Amino acid sequence: MSEPNQSIAMGHSAAMEPSPYAIPSRKLAMWLFILSDACTFGALLFAYGYLRTASPNWPTPFKFFPSILNVIIMTVVLITSSLTMLGAVDASKSGEKSKALRWLGVTMVLGAIFAILHIREWAGLIHEGVRLFENPWGSSLFGASFFSITGLHLLHVISGVIAMAVIARGYSRGSLTAGHVESTALYWHFVDIVWMFVVPLVYLMSIARP
Amino acid sequence: MEDSSSGKRGIGRYIPVYVLLLALSGLQVFLAYTRLDRNRLLASMLAVAIFSAALAIMYFMHMAQERRSFFWSLIPATIFVLLMMNMIWSDSFRLLHMRPF
Repeated sequence: MSEPNQSIAMGHSAAMEPSPYAIPSRKLAMWLFILSDACTFGALLFAYGYLRTASPNWPTPFKFFPSILNVIIMTVVLITSSLTMLGAVDASKSGEKSKALRWLGVTMVLGAIFAILHIREWAGLIHEGVRLFENPWGSSLFGASFFSITGLHLLHVISGVIAMAVIARGYSRGSLTAGHVESTALYWHFVDIVWMFVVPLVYLMSIARP
Repeated sequence: MEDSSSGKRGIGRYIPVYVLLLALSGLQVFLAYTRLDRNRLLASMLAVAIFSAALAIMYFMHMAQERRSFFWSLIPATIFVLLMMNMIWSDSFRLLHMRPF
């Protein structure tokens, strides 16, 4: 069959082809985005390890108070926000709109608290003299790698909170569906997973020992 | 086809995973303050982080409820890419002696 005839023969059947893996295209697209983003964070974390190993005087500035305690609180807040996001997904799938919106609201508040704590952590380090290419303790690359990794993560958190606000607005008006809430939840859980690697590699491997 | 997951609703069923994730984060902090040598500490931290990530992917992101073909199409390929990135480690050890910075 010639190419034009083939396309005519396929007609609408091609457009109606079942979704691969029996999931909505939106969800598949979100998974593909998440995996590509995982490679971005992976590259950053590998580069961090590379720089750290190659630098003999890598700083270990993180004291239990305030830095590690702050990081523990941030971790609890972020993991809890993943749980509340699951509440939003479940409620939206059950058609309980107001409950889903409440859970989304709680998740947004937790995301905002995380961002505020993160900025406070940055402010503390900047106050101690950490800049992109200088710090009082050792390798000048510490600041660049620290701010790049945590900054990209913070950007993801802030983007996630904004995305949730947009989704919540659309969902409350009826223009968006439970599927949109679920896709946003996938992204939010991914942000949580990245933090699970950032904490040990960036903070806990660099604690200040007495 | 809005939803591939099914079963009972409510966040109560996620509480065990949530508590486990918090406990694993606590374990990482505990490990950081032990006197393990740096390589062993890094390996332990990464093992805990990978286990935590697997829990979050399987239960929070509902990968456990998707088709197996979905898992096998996406996850091994991503792990392969990340492992290939690991190749730069050899350079980092070579550069240790060259002191480039």
